[in-house]
Amino acid sequence: MSPLPLLSLLVFFPWLGALLLACLPRLGARASRVLALGFSLSTLVLTLAALARFDCASTGYQFVERHGWIASLNVHYHLGLDGLSLLLVMLTGLLAPAGLLASWRQERGTRFFSLLFLILQGAAIGVFLALDFFHWFIFWELSLIPAYFLIRLWGGPGAARAAYQFVIYTMGGSAFLLLGFAAIFAATGSLDFAQLSQMGADGTLAAKLAAVSGWWPQAVFLGVFLGFAVKVPLYPFHTWLPLAYAEAPTGVSMFLTGVMSKMGVYGFLRILWPLFPGPLHAAAVPLLWLALGGAVLGAFAAMRQSDLKRMVAYSSVNHLSYCLLALFAVSAATGRSGLTSEASAAALSGTLLQMFNHGLSAGALFYCIGMLEARSGGRRGIGDFGGVRAAAPVFAGLCGIAMFSSLGLPGLNGFIGEFLIFRGVWGLVPWAAAVACLGLFATAFFLLTFWQRVFHGPRSGAASGQFSDAEPLDLSVLVPLVALMFILGVLPQLLTGLFNPLITSWANHLTLP
Amino acid sequence: MSLLPWSIYVSLAGALLALAAGRHSARAARWVALLAASGAWALTLLAATRFVPGPGLQTLVDHAWLPSMGVHYHLAADGISLTLLVLTGLASTAGVLFSWNITERAGEFFALFLTLVAGVYGVFLSADALLFFAFYEIAIVPKYFLIAIWGSTNREYGAMKLALYSFAGSAMVLAGLLWVYAAGGGHGFAFGDLAQAAATLPRHQQIVVFAFVFFGFATLAGLFPLHTWAPTGHVAAPTAASMLLAGVVMKLGAYGCLRIALPLSPVGFAYWQTPIAWLAVIGIVYAGLVALMQTDLKFVIGYSSVSHMGFVMLGIAAANLQSVGGAVLQMFSHGVIAGLLFAVVGRMVYDRTHTRQLAELRAMPLHRLMPFAAAVFVIAGIASMGLPGFSGFPAELTILVGAWKTNPAWAAVGAVGVLVAAAFTLRAIQVSFFGSVDKPQPAGQVTHLEPITLAEKAGAILLISATVLIGLKPDILLNWINPALQSPLFQTVLRGGPS
Repeated sequence: MSPLPLLSLLVFFPWLGALLLACLPRLGARASRVLALGFSLSTLVLTLAALARFDCASTGYQFVERHGWIASLNVHYHLGLDGLSLLLVMLTGLLAPAGLLASWRQERGTRFFSLLFLILQGAAIGVFLALDFFHWFIFWELSLIPAYFLIRLWGGPGAARAAYQFVIYTMGGSAFLLLGFAAIFAATGSLDFAQLSQMGADGTLAAKLAAVSGWWPQAVFLGVFLGFAVKVPLYPFHTWLPLAYAEAPTGVSMFLTGVMSKMGVYGFLRILWPLFPGPLHAAAVPLLWLALGGAVLGAFAAMRQSDLKRMVAYSSVNHLSYCLLALFAVSAATGRSGLTSEASAAALSGTLLQMFNHGLSAGALFYCIGMLEARSGGRRGIGDFGGVRAAAPVFAGLCGIAMFSSLGLPGLNGFIGEFLIFRGVWGLVPWAAAVACLGLFATAFFLLTFWQRVFHGPRSGAASGQFSDAEPLDLSVLVPLVALMFILGVLPQLLTGLFNPLITSWANHLTLP
Repeated sequence: MSLLPWSIYVSLAGALLALAAGRHSARAARWVALLAASGAWALTLLAATRFVPGPGLQTLVDHAWLPSMGVHYHLAADGISLTLLVLTGLASTAGVLFSWNITERAGEFFALFLTLVAGVYGVFLSADALLFFAFYEIAIVPKYFLIAIWGSTNREYGAMKLALYSFAGSAMVLAGLLWVYAAGGGHGFAFGDLAQAAATLPRHQQIVVFAFVFFGFATLAGLFPLHTWAPTGHVAAPTAASMLLAGVVMKLGAYGCLRIALPLSPVGFAYWQTPIAWLAVIGIVYAGLVALMQTDLKFVIGYSSVSHMGFVMLGIAAANLQSVGGAVLQMFSHGVIAGLLFAVVGRMVYDRTHTRQLAELRAMPLHRLMPFAAAVFVIAGIASMGLPGFSGFPAELTILVGAWKTNPAWAAVGAVGVLVAAAFTLRAIQVSFFGSVDKPQPAGQVTHLEPITLAEKAGAILLISATVLIGLKPDILLNWINPALQSPLFQTVLRGGPS
């Protein structure tokens, strides 16, 4: 127990900022932006404070805060941090200020925009830290509301439909998730993730559910699965995504893809997998196909896009599918004789790294597309530009690095994550790794097409006239992200050191109840 | 605790005073009404601080009333009644605040309003079925006049339909109660006496008697397919009456089902349990889908009330400690949220724009003209969708958990209802307030609306605080409610849970 409730501060600082903005109706646009940025940066500062005292060797939760809350439902106020949550909180701490900076030129309703953004940030952090279903679900659902308004009010021409679809799909998934947990609570009387994971590992959870009726464990698993599958999204639950990401304003797209999609993967890792090792193992092969579908079809769909934002949106489907591919492969191989925990550990480390890396690269790419839009009066078709490199060399360089990071060039951060995933999956389920390679080729193809048509060749389209290079504001967003791509590409152990003991302990305790 | 009966008397006295003050000026009448409503509410809160939760009704007043029939003027309360009494106080105070602009026959308006409130307090405090029934009727009559005189769209039709349904329902209840009373040899109307008397009836008669009493009350609770009075009645009613109607009066029906019908005949309930639960979940989904199709904003809210009351009925039908506790929590929660929604639609929007048609509202930049109303509507909508952090969430979650224990299929269909609620609520928010976000202001449009008054702000903040408080700390109410469910009368029908 830490004397200072560090984790509560992490959650509530952004909300405090939102409250301040709400209470200061006469605050000007500029002051609102600065205030919001300050409160948004608090996450980064507090994460660094946590990092200083974080015990990397421990596999349990640290800085735990647990208080009684609702006695009749056995609900606790329960926050805790381990390597996985730390990684994602850090990512949130990076991308939230970046998203606010990306919206710096947003002149319409700035105060309200910043307020919603801070609420969204706090909710995302809460999702990564809360360890009691009730507590966690507050953040999970609450994140939808600011996201809805950010897309609806500041989005593109199709924003109304995009926002509505986004919320209804996600809520649809969440309704099943809620129902699943209602069943779990009815059977076990507990909503605490740690307790439930324990019950999942030793089989009591499945036994208690099965005691009610034989098909219950599977039904409850399916409910919880749907909630997360929509959020990630796993193919074929992804149809809301391209529209939402494409219509959202740049800063919000960055946050949606960088952080909110991780909430789904986090749910798979923290909740679905530990609670239901048995059903997940049983369903692993069909699920592997779904993840492969996302990885391959997502990449092919991205290839066919002429709208750059939709292209990057589909590439997110592709990248996140790798994360799930690794998890499903580990689950599929669980219990097999002669299984080395080394391959599992590689696959899982790859998943965690990929989550972080994808946040950086997709965030940076969405920002770059936002820059293109800002300089061309809102155009973002792949055919609308040509020769941007000649007009804006610095911008082209930074965007190129983000692209190559996304495509997994060795030396940049994206490589090591994908490499570990392939390395792990190859050792666990070789055929899946072989099929997934198709996605890699397609990714290389569309990103290179993007690069070539927009940045190379003679200046044409929107880039033929006045086209300014990256300005200090742009650099303030892109340079930190790009610098991290280099640093983590060379020194991935900076990140893996945080979660390696955790991953090793996961990989060493792979058993089926 | 002994203060509680005074909530009835204060409201009645307030009604008379408001009538008198109304002859003088509308302003005097509304201040009298505000004092009476908030005074009665303060009494319930004060009593709540001294309340010791426990099983069984705690008697407050008990006088013989009609000794020849064994009828007592017997007022008593437990955690369930206390929850609903506090809700009544809150909803009526907010209702007066949202009626601040009533100038036409204000004295009579507030007199009727307070009479209705007094009747509601009386129902929640009665421990004698005949007394209960008397207060119940007192509550029905003012409703008719409030709608018929101060109502809007189709008010005669709405008022008449509502009154006829209510009377038909209460006639069924009365018939059932008298049947049981006669079977018991005319000993009395105390709830326990009636249950004993009903137990002496043969099984098939118990089944019929239970159906009379339960469905009579369920009519007022808006159980599908007996709900059709509710949307038309809510829409026709003036704002404060809609708030009270959806917020509190529908709870009278659900409270009757829980307090009188359920313990009356466990045998009858066992027979009807499955049909009731299915009607409840069908109502949840069906009313939600109907709400999705409405073109009048107030109808959306009206049908949403039916949908949310379906959860209450589902909780009661699932009949275990958890689900019934959740049902009472949902009664409170929906009372607050429905009040808020009707306040925005009826008072803030309709009184200023004179339209509730979504097609017309869509063309007005309401989010710019009325940012406060937009914010309140969004918060109320979020709460109504059952999002965590607001009172609807713990209530619906507890009901679903409880229903799941009795029959998972009910919970599954109910959860679909949660999704439908999200769909129609979002649609209502999007079209009504944010319909014209990306359109430039067209020429000749409404550019100014009368600003939101202080009274409206106070009312809205009061209700929002309540839903957030209970959303974050549902234990405040559950600690009153759950011990009450341990009383022997409930224990005969409820199955235990781990709570």
